[in-house]
Amino acid sequence: MTGYSERVVVVGNGMAGARVAAELHARGDDLKVTVLGAEPHPAYNRIMLSTLLTGKIGEADVELAEVVGRGVDLRTGVTVSAIDRATGQVRTTDGDRIRYDHLVLATGSQAVVPALPGLDPGRLPARVVPFRTLDDCRRILALAATARRALVLGGGLLGLEAARGLALRGLDVGVVHRVPYLMDRQLDPTAGAILAGTLADLGVTTHLAVEPTAVHADAAGVRLDLADGRSLDADLLVLACGVRPDTALATAAGLAVDRGVLVDDRLRTSDPRISAIGDCAEHDGTLTGLVAPAWAQARVVAQVVTGQDPLARFRPRPSVTRLKASGIDLAAMGDPTSGPGEELTFADPARGTYARLRIHDERLAAAILLGDNPAVGTVIQLFDRGHPVPSDRRALLLGRAIGGAVTASAPSPALMPDAAVVCQCNSVSKGALVRCWRDGARTVDAVVAGTRAGTGCGGCRDAVAGIVDWLSKTDPVEVGR
Amino acid sequence: MATHCPYCALQCGMVLREEADTVSVLPRDFPTNRGGLCQKGWTSTDLLGHPERLTSPLLRDPASGELRPASWDAALDRIATGLRDVRERHGRDAVAVFGGGGLTNEKAYALGRFARVVLGTRFIDYNGRFCMSSAAAAGMRAFGVDRGLPFPLSDLGRADTLLLVGANPAETMPPLMRWLTEQRERGGKLIVVDPRVTATARQADLHLQPLPGTDLAVASALLHIALTEGYVDGDYIATRTTGFPAVRRTVAGWWPARAEALSGVPVADLEETARALGTAERAIILTARGAEQHAKGVDTVTGFVNLALALGLPGRPGSGYGCLTGQGNGQGGREHGQKADQLPGYRRIDDLQARAHVARVWGVSADELPGPGVPAYQLLDSLGTDQGPRALLVFGSNPVVSAPRAARVEGRLRDLDLLVVADFLLSETAALADVVLPTAQWAEEDGTMTNLEGRVLRRRALRPPPPDVRTDLEILTALSARLRPSVRQSPDDPRSVFAELRRASAGGIADYAGISWERIDATDGVFWPCPDGDGPDSPRMFTDRFATADGRARFHPVEHRPAVEEVCADYPLHFTTGRVLAQYQSGTQTRRVAALRRAAPEAFVELHPDLAERLGVADGVPVRVASRRGEFQAPARLSPNIRPDTVFAPFHWGGRARANSVTNDAVDPISGMPEFKICAVRVEKA
Repeated sequence: MTGYSERVVVVGNGMAGARVAAELHARGDDLKVTVLGAEPHPAYNRIMLSTLLTGKIGEADVELAEVVGRGVDLRTGVTVSAIDRATGQVRTTDGDRIRYDHLVLATGSQAVVPALPGLDPGRLPARVVPFRTLDDCRRILALAATARRALVLGGGLLGLEAARGLALRGLDVGVVHRVPYLMDRQLDPTAGAILAGTLADLGVTTHLAVEPTAVHADAAGVRLDLADGRSLDADLLVLACGVRPDTALATAAGLAVDRGVLVDDRLRTSDPRISAIGDCAEHDGTLTGLVAPAWAQARVVAQVVTGQDPLARFRPRPSVTRLKASGIDLAAMGDPTSGPGEELTFADPARGTYARLRIHDERLAAAILLGDNPAVGTVIQLFDRGHPVPSDRRALLLGRAIGGAVTASAPSPALMPDAAVVCQCNSVSKGALVRCWRDGARTVDAVVAGTRAGTGCGGCRDAVAGIVDWLSKTDPVEVGR
Repeated sequence: MATHCPYCALQCGMVLREEADTVSVLPRDFPTNRGGLCQKGWTSTDLLGHPERLTSPLLRDPASGELRPASWDAALDRIATGLRDVRERHGRDAVAVFGGGGLTNEKAYALGRFARVVLGTRFIDYNGRFCMSSAAAAGMRAFGVDRGLPFPLSDLGRADTLLLVGANPAETMPPLMRWLTEQRERGGKLIVVDPRVTATARQADLHLQPLPGTDLAVASALLHIALTEGYVDGDYIATRTTGFPAVRRTVAGWWPARAEALSGVPVADLEETARALGTAERAIILTARGAEQHAKGVDTVTGFVNLALALGLPGRPGSGYGCLTGQGNGQGGREHGQKADQLPGYRRIDDLQARAHVARVWGVSADELPGPGVPAYQLLDSLGTDQGPRALLVFGSNPVVSAPRAARVEGRLRDLDLLVVADFLLSETAALADVVLPTAQWAEEDGTMTNLEGRVLRRRALRPPPPDVRTDLEILTALSARLRPSVRQSPDDPRSVFAELRRASAGGIADYAGISWERIDATDGVFWPCPDGDGPDSPRMFTDRFATADGRARFHPVEHRPAVEEVCADYPLHFTTGRVLAQYQSGTQTRRVAALRRAAPEAFVELHPDLAERLGVADGVPVRVASRRGEFQAPARLSPNIRPDTVFAPFHWGGRARANSVTNDAVDPISGMPEFKICAVRVEKA
C-alpha cells in the first residue's frame, strides 16, 4: 500500500464516524481501522431519537449496523484527550496512545446552552435537558415518566421533533421560539403559521416572538421567564437551541478552526494526515449538520485514504429538510422567498396545506411543501437531481400529475369510438362487439363467446355488459327488424 | 383434450378440440385461471400448422453459407461428429448446453442428465437465469427452499392487503387478475410498486412509483416504519426465525425520508403501505421481474422477504411472500438439473450425497459427474473464446433476443465451432445455427409442467408431430446413442422419463417421488414436495417449519446500492424493459400469430410527453435509444404513465428493434441475474 494509510483512527462513533469506518472497511482489505466513541453505546441513529421519545420504540431499535470484521477495532466509551501530530498518535483519557497514519475527526457537535440566568452549561439543573444524545433522551424519558407539562426552548426542526414526541406521550407541551414563526431557517411566515396550527391540533402550544429571560428550576419543577413578563411553568424543559461543532481536540492540536474544523474538498484539515467530517467540519464556509452530506463526506474520505479514488472530491449538494410524522408533513429546500425565476404558491390553511416553489431555468430552485402533498417525493427528487420540472406545474403544487394515474370512468357506450379497445386481454374493440351483436348475439354471454371479450382478466365484463345493454336499447338494426 | 396453455407460468387450463383441419381452443375451469384465457392462449394453436413451422432438419451449407433441409441422419451425424471433434481438441467442457424455462419437467431433467452423463460437461445453464433466479436464490437462503408461491393462487383472492413489487400481471398473466378483482371486491387493498403506471398499477388502491433500481430502499424503509410503528410480530420473530437483530440495525439506517429522496416515493405512501401490511389479518407480498432483474436482485427480494418475516407472514394461513414466476415451466425448469449448480430434486451438484443418489439413478459413478458450471450470461459470454466452450446445444431458448447486451452474445454465438438449435420455428438464434433440429410443439407431446404455485400439471398430446419432426426427448436419445452408446440410455417417452425423474428427485428439496401422472389427472395437479404416493402433497408450505436445518427462516441484512450504471451527462435517462400483453418473451412464437401481431405489431419506446417535448419527438416518430453497449430503434410512444426521467421498451423484438441491444450485462453476484431493468441511455430522433 505505497503512499496510502494503513492505520486509520476515527474519533467519534456517531453517524459520521460509524459511516466512515464502514466505508473504509468496505474498501481497504489491509486497512486497520480503530474507531473511538466517547458515548458508551453502540452507534445509533440520531434521527430516530425523537421517535424514541414517543415511547413507540426501544433503544435497541435505534442501533445502527456496526462495522465488524478483521481489521476493525471499535472501542466505545473511550474519550480522546489529545492529538499528538508530531508522533502521529491520539491519547485517550485512559492514558492509552494509539498510532495513526491517518486520523479522521468525526467528533460531531454539542447542544448549545443559551446564556440565561439559571442555566450553567457545566451544571444544568436536573429538570433541564438538551436534546442531542441517547443519554439526553434517557434523561428526558425519565423525567417525562412523571411529568405532565413540558417546555421546549427553540422552535427549529429539533425542537419541534422533541415537542411532537413528548406530545405523543400525552404531555402538555409548549414551544418557546424567539422568532415570529416556527422553523424560520427553512420556512416563510405563512408556512410557519400553518405549521403552528397543525402543532396545536397535536396538543403543542407555541409562544412566538418572545425572548426567554431566565430559568428557575428546583426539585419540584422548572419555570421559564419570558421578556413579555409571562412565566411558563413545567415539569421539564428541553433545550433545542441549536448545536455547535465540537472542535476542542482540533483547536488544541493547532489545526485551522473557524466555526468548525476547516477542510478542503478532500475533507483534509490543515494537516494532510488529518481529515474531518460531519457536524464538526466546516467546508467552504458551511457547517452541514445533516446526515446526507456527512455520509457523502465519509465516502470521499474512504476513497481518498484507501487510494481507491485519490481524485474523489466532496461536492456539497443542496440539502432538504424533512419533517414527517403524526400529522406533520413538511419538506423545505432552498429559499423560495427570493431569487430569480417564477414563483408558484398554493395555500389551503384550513387543511394545513401549503406549497411555495421557485422555478428557475426549468429547474426547481427552492420549495416549501406543508401538509399532504402527493408530489413531495417528486419535488424532492427534482430538487436533489436538478432534473427539468414538468410542463404542467400544477402537478407539483397539487400532487398527482394532472390527467395522470386516475382510474378513468368508462365513457358511455354511445360516445365511445368504434376503435376503442374494450377488452385489452383479447384486443376486442367496441366495433367488434357491435358487429358481433349485429351478427345475432343477443346476450352478454353470447357476445363474450363470439368475441372473447372479458375472457382474460375479466376486468371489462361490466363494460361489455354496458355495451350490450346499450345496443339492446338503441341499436337501429334491432329496431328495424 | 384437457391440457394447459403453452405460454406463461400461470399455465391456464384449456381444452383443445380437433375440428376438420383446425384445432380450436376452449377455456377450462381450472383452479388457477377459472375459465379465463388471454389472447395468447386463445390463439395458441395458430402455430401448429403455421407455414413457417420447421418441418425438417436444416444444415448450414458450407459453400453458400445457407441453411438447407437435410435428413435426420445427416443432421445427427453432423452434430455427433462436430461434438466429438470439439471434445477431442478442447476437452469435455468445450461443449455446452443451454436450456429453457418453457421445457417440460421431463425435458429439463433429460437435458441435465444428457449434459452430465453423455456429454460429461459442467457447462449447462438455461434462460431461467434471466427469469426468476434472484427470487429463487433469496427464497433458498431465507426459507431453505424456492417455490414461487408457497401457497395456492386462490389465497390472493382472500388477502386483506396485497403488495405487488415490479409485477404487471394485467399484461403478463391476465387471468390472474381475476383473483385480484375478487380480492378488491372483498374489500382488500391492492398496492403496486412500479416505475410505470401499468395496467396493473391503474387498478391499485395505492401505487408507489419509484425510480428504477430503488426497490430495496423502499423495502428497507417499509421495515423501518413497521418497526417504529410496532407492526412487527415479535413472537413470530422469536420462535420461527433467526438473524433479526442484524436486519433491525440495518434498516435503522433507512428512515423513510432517506428512502423518499432516493426513490421518489412519498413518506406518506410508504407509511400507508406499511400500515396496510402490518395491520392486515391476511397480507401477501409478491415480487416479480421488476424487482428481481437487477445486479442487486437477490438482495432486493431479500429486503421484501425480511419485511414479510418481520410481519410474521410466511406460513401464516392466507399470508406470505411469493414470487410470480414468468416462464411456463420456470418453476419445474429450475428443479431438475438444467441449472449449472443443480441435480434433480433441487439438489446441489456439489453435495456428495446428492451426487451419489443421482448417479445411482443414472447408472454411472458419482465420480464421473462434473461439478458446477457457470450461470447463463457468464456461459454465453465465454462461448467461442479461448477459455470457453466451442460448441453449444440450445433447447427452447432464443438468447440472441433475450440475453442482455445481445449484440455481444450474438457475436459469441457466431464464434462457436458448432451451434445446434432445437426449435419449431426459425428463431433469431436458430438462424445462426450450423444445425437446426425441428421439434414438436406443446400440443404434440405429453409431459408435466410445474406452474407458479409449485403445482405439477399434465400437458397432453392432442396429435403426433408432423412426419419429419421429433420431440426433444427423441433428439436427446438419438444423440446419446451416437455419443455414448455404452451408458444406460435414457428413455425417450415422457412417461418413463417422469418415472426416472421421480426416483432422482426422491429425498430432494423438490421431491416428486409421490407424484404420478394419474394422481395429477385425478386432483387438478399435485403440489410438491410430495414424497409419498399415498401421502399428502403440499399446497401450503411453512405452516409448521421452514426447510432449513433448524426449521427457522433466516433474516439476512441487505443494503441498497446504486445501479451498476447510473445516469450521466452522456446517457441521462434511465432505461427499463418489460413485456406487453399480446407478445411473449423473445416473440419467436407470438410475433408469428396474426391476431397478436395486429394487437402488438412492433416495438416502441415509451416516454413521457415532457421528455418527448424536450427531445423534439412526436408520438410515432422513430427514435434511437443508445447505451454504452449498443442501440436500437423503435417508434416513440408518448405516455404520461412513465416517469419523465425513465424510458421503457418491450423486449419481444429482434433486429434493429432489439431492446436488449442496450441492456446491461452486469449480473447479480449470487443469482447471476443480469441487470435488465436499469441502465443509462440517450434517446434521440432516429
